[in-house]
Amino acid sequence: MTMAMRDNTAPSPLREAIARAAPLAVLMTGLLALVLLAGMGDIVTQRRVILCLINVTVVVGLYIFMGNSGVLNFSAVGFMAVGAYAAALLTMPPMLKNTFLPDLPGWLAAAELPLVAGPFAGGLVAAVLALAVGGPIMRLSGIAAGIATFSLMFIIYIVLGNWNSVTGGQTSLMGLKGWVGLWPAGLFAIGAVALAWIYQETRWAIALRASREDQVAARASGIRVVRLRLGAFVLGAFTCGVGGGLYGHFQGTLRVENFYLDPTFLYVAMLVVGGTRSLTGAVIGTVTVAALSEALRQVESGLPLPGTGLTLTAPAGLGDVVLAGLMLVILIYRPQGITGGREITALFRRKT
Amino acid sequence: MIQIVVDALSLGGLYALTALGIGIVFSVMRLANFAHAELVTCAAYALFALSGHPAVMAIAASVFVAMVLAVLTERVAFRPLRRADPATMLIASFTVSMFIQKLLIFAVGSRVKTLDPLPVLSRPVWIAGAQVSLLKIVTIAICIILLAVLVLFLKRTSAGLQMRAAAEDFTMSQLVGVRANTVIVLAFVLSGVLAAIVALLFAAQTGFVQPRLGVPLVLTAFVAAVIGGLGSLPGAVVGGLAVGAGATLLQALLPADLRPFREAFLFVAVILVLLVKPNGLLPARGMKDRV
Repeated sequence: MTMAMRDNTAPSPLREAIARAAPLAVLMTGLLALVLLAGMGDIVTQRRVILCLINVTVVVGLYIFMGNSGVLNFSAVGFMAVGAYAAALLTMPPMLKNTFLPDLPGWLAAAELPLVAGPFAGGLVAAVLALAVGGPIMRLSGIAAGIATFSLMFIIYIVLGNWNSVTGGQTSLMGLKGWVGLWPAGLFAIGAVALAWIYQETRWAIALRASREDQVAARASGIRVVRLRLGAFVLGAFTCGVGGGLYGHFQGTLRVENFYLDPTFLYVAMLVVGGTRSLTGAVIGTVTVAALSEALRQVESGLPLPGTGLTLTAPAGLGDVVLAGLMLVILIYRPQGITGGREITALFRRKT
Repeated sequence: MIQIVVDALSLGGLYALTALGIGIVFSVMRLANFAHAELVTCAAYALFALSGHPAVMAIAASVFVAMVLAVLTERVAFRPLRRADPATMLIASFTVSMFIQKLLIFAVGSRVKTLDPLPVLSRPVWIAGAQVSLLKIVTIAICIILLAVLVLFLKRTSAGLQMRAAAEDFTMSQLVGVRANTVIVLAFVLSGVLAAIVALLFAAQTGFVQPRLGVPLVLTAFVAAVIGGLGSLPGAVVGGLAVGAGATLLQALLPADLRPFREAFLFVAVILVLLVKPNGLLPARGMKDRV
């Protein structure tokens, strides 16, 4: 609604475009600053920041669908898993594959893409899968959509965990090149943010958001809700798949257990904590949760209090408790998330 | 054959009771309470803590623990969110669940502990030439008795009437004098009692307790509740039995090399049911979106 109003009063198309792109610029600069800052830190901090940036990619993927359509989605981790395995299998040298997975189908055993193409290939495979299975699910809303996408995640988990000839089943898939450092993770996260922004400025996303506010009215205005949702779902799955490809090549090993319940809830919680309805929310939610858990980890391992000579130490395991508690507190006091669904520039603009 | 039927009914009964616990809360406040899993887990831990004492005492304590925890989560976490949309409440219940889980891991450790709350029942009996476990028969019996008690409560008592009214149209029931807080707390108390009984039966079957004990059970019951129709109590029972029967049949009938994929088939069935009937097999009244 506000978009349309601004359209009428904008003084010139150029200023209009700049104003609309401002949040994107702020977010990209913020992520860039995070990368530069982490570059000065030690290796442990760097690894935490890399993981946070990969999480940004995945949560932005989750946002592309959930934020614009308003439909619950628990399947993001499933597509992340698909992307991770696809990227790993397509880029791993055939020799290694012969050792770890001797029963691979011939064409897959022979495939060896360049490493950088891995995340894209992973995203593409995830997107194709989303396109294949998403159509019917997009007709559902509310809790039914939540359970259906949850079932989808579960099915992916079971299939990947038992498809021994391709994924190695319950054993971990090892020997992935850990090429995803600070800069690759940062650039992909920035790319994901840009992709989500470009998408949410298109007419399809605006129509989809209209259906989020009032599905019946949107339908009556000629918006094809199912088709638009599917588009966002596929784009979101692509982004999550890219995130999965990055994740695998950051950790160096893959286990299906890493793509099950805990991350499913954690990613959705990150998005909700930040605010489901804005891209800023997706980024801020992820960074907030990462910062909180990092701070708690510091306390757990003993944080020397400057000036007092005392060390603040918490027993191991308490950090997880506090993190869950803090997320709950944020939800109770800000049910719309930290950003309340506004973009970053609107957060600093005074309400009129 | 009888074995399969008994397995299906006892598993389905457990799912049905769990789905009922979720359904009761959902029907009055539109909260899909995932933290129900932790009610089950904590009740099981209460059983474990009192495992040396007489069974009656342990059971009473576990019921008490689950009830208090249920009311506490309502008061602290869900009451402030009563006006929030269902998705936010669902996520909040995940967070509550995670919080209690991590607290349990922190307090008692994540190691598996064994317990046997009902040692009397751990022997087989023979029915029509087939060997079945007495525990499973008792499970089925308890499920039937509980269902009957619940139906009597809902149909014959004033509190039950108020709950049904609130489930049908919450605002309207408030207008005619139903106290919102009372009804909601009552729903949480009932779900706590159901969770404690499920914990007893489940722990007796598996023989161990760990901080994530309730999660897989509640996940499946959740699915059962949605298939049956969230917020509809007959739906919860039907959904629970259907999922229990489906899981048992798949386990018995699938060829061995497809058996690891059993749950995948189950969840495919779930998606299919939802596509045909998005509000579940027996949709609750007042759940339909009005224009």
